[in-house]
Amino acid sequence: MAAPVDADFRTRLQVWLPKLVLSPSLAMALVFVYGFILFTVYLSFTDSRILPSFGWVGFENYFKLFRLRHWEIAVTNMGVFAVLYMLICTAIGLTLAIFFDQKIRGEGVLRPIYLYPMALSFIVTGTAWKWMLDPGIGLENTMHALGWESFAFDWIKNRNYAIYTVVLAAVWQTSGFVMAMFLAGLRGIDNEILKAAQIDGASNWNLYRRIIIPQLRPAFLSAFVILAHLAIKTYDLVIALTGGGPGRATELPATFMYSYTFTRNQMGIGAASATIMLMTIAAIMIPYLYSELRERK
Amino acid sequence: MAAMQQESAIRTSNAARVLIYLLLLLFAFFYLLPLFVMGVNSVKPLSEITGGNMMALPEIWTLEPWRKAWSEAQVGVQATGLKPYFWNSIKMVVPAVFISTVLGALNGYVLTKWRFRGDTILFGLMLFACFIPFQIVLIPMARVLGIFGLAGTTWGLVLVHVVYGIGFTTLYFRNYYAAFPTELVRAAQIDGAGFFQIFWRIMLPSSGPIIVVSVIWQFTNIWNDFLFGASFADFSSQPMTVALNNLVQSSTGVKEYNVHFAGAILAALPTLLVYIVAGRFFVRGLMAGSVKG
Repeated sequence: MAAPVDADFRTRLQVWLPKLVLSPSLAMALVFVYGFILFTVYLSFTDSRILPSFGWVGFENYFKLFRLRHWEIAVTNMGVFAVLYMLICTAIGLTLAIFFDQKIRGEGVLRPIYLYPMALSFIVTGTAWKWMLDPGIGLENTMHALGWESFAFDWIKNRNYAIYTVVLAAVWQTSGFVMAMFLAGLRGIDNEILKAAQIDGASNWNLYRRIIIPQLRPAFLSAFVILAHLAIKTYDLVIALTGGGPGRATELPATFMYSYTFTRNQMGIGAASATIMLMTIAAIMIPYLYSELRERK
Repeated sequence: MAAMQQESAIRTSNAARVLIYLLLLLFAFFYLLPLFVMGVNSVKPLSEITGGNMMALPEIWTLEPWRKAWSEAQVGVQATGLKPYFWNSIKMVVPAVFISTVLGALNGYVLTKWRFRGDTILFGLMLFACFIPFQIVLIPMARVLGIFGLAGTTWGLVLVHVVYGIGFTTLYFRNYYAAFPTELVRAAQIDGAGFFQIFWRIMLPSSGPIIVVSVIWQFTNIWNDFLFGASFADFSSQPMTVALNNLVQSSTGVKEYNVHFAGAILAALPTLLVYIVAGRFFVRGLMAGSVKG
């Protein structure tokens, strides 16, 4: 009589096993991601200062946040940084990808050179550019040593221009990656249409403008989503490159959140700023992931 | 896949090609420049940097900055060099990469070969975790690590990196196993093979490439992490990136740029070596993280 019961148990175990195996990961995601998000969002409505506390204050922290000059600067910097970073990366990435699409000799050597910055830590990138752009020892000093005495390049020390040095370093790090995304798109385009258009006398310019670039829409979309989310998350690079300075000239939401939460003991406001960062990213990522996962069916 | 390999039908004139090669070389120069600057200035005495030209080769070659960066530079409050932090990073990266890859492989296997209602939504929930701004979890994570006695420990960091890494590893294995013939799994099932037997005997032996992708991606990401290391680690567990930042930002004494450059290369070396040896797989991981189609 025992055998059928055993077999039954075995079958049922086999039915449940896959879900059982998946459950630890799922539980981790539910607690450490979604539970934590709820907790932080909740804190943003409380009077938490140095430690979490649970006195409800409604939208008070958000009102305070939006009245803070410091936050305004961080958001403005993010706007400038994100727009330039995304535009320049896309422009460089697309241009390089189109170049590589012309049967370039040595592609196998050049491509890894363009992509290696992606393997580096932002702290390494920040350190390298910090000293390269430093007027005392970097580019300016080098030009002086080479005899160009009047050369001046102090953007990294200049409140009005420091944010552009963050753009420069970030573009250096990721533009090769954007190139790879576009190149994958270009390599997937059907040559027959191009040949037909060439027979009809279309110029290269028109081929790219009318046929090829419109077909790269998925690559543009991926590049946009990836770059936007990298831009919003930018933290390490600023810490290593400028530390948010000079003054607050390169402060971004991520650095704002960290300093308000952990050094200024304004945890409620810090949580509110983190919530806004999350909502911005969610507005971009959720529709994207939704469409990507749907298409697979 | 054949379409991916094809070459463009576009023809360009010779003049245009010369221009293209020139621009491509110019960009190669741009990308290599920081590496070159770090390299040459890490083998120069300090006086040649402050008094000279950043682009020039050293007049006196020296490995002193490297030795200093590794074993005696002032990092934070202690003059230990970067050595202990390098080992902290290793001790954190190895288990975190291993655990997240194993979990990712199992999850990918379940999500493709043992599908059930709502599995795509669950996967979406896990995947979204990779993209959140981690500022949103810093406060509760600090509390939870404290409660479990993991604050400031390497194991705390391992936990954090596993939790926020499995989304990507699951993605890799899920996409890879989706192309694996399900009939083979069903046939083995009919022959009486169980869940783990099928995974061990059928799936795993053909998972080589994707394991490499996952390991390299996780290794690079975790090694390069700064935010979690800066938030949750103390001296006994601080990773290399945090130590490098402390070294460079320290405001006491003379700024030893050559030591900073040597330190930066030391921090970059492991991921750079992996990239040189297996860059192909790294790029594949990058692409899978962006273009899931």
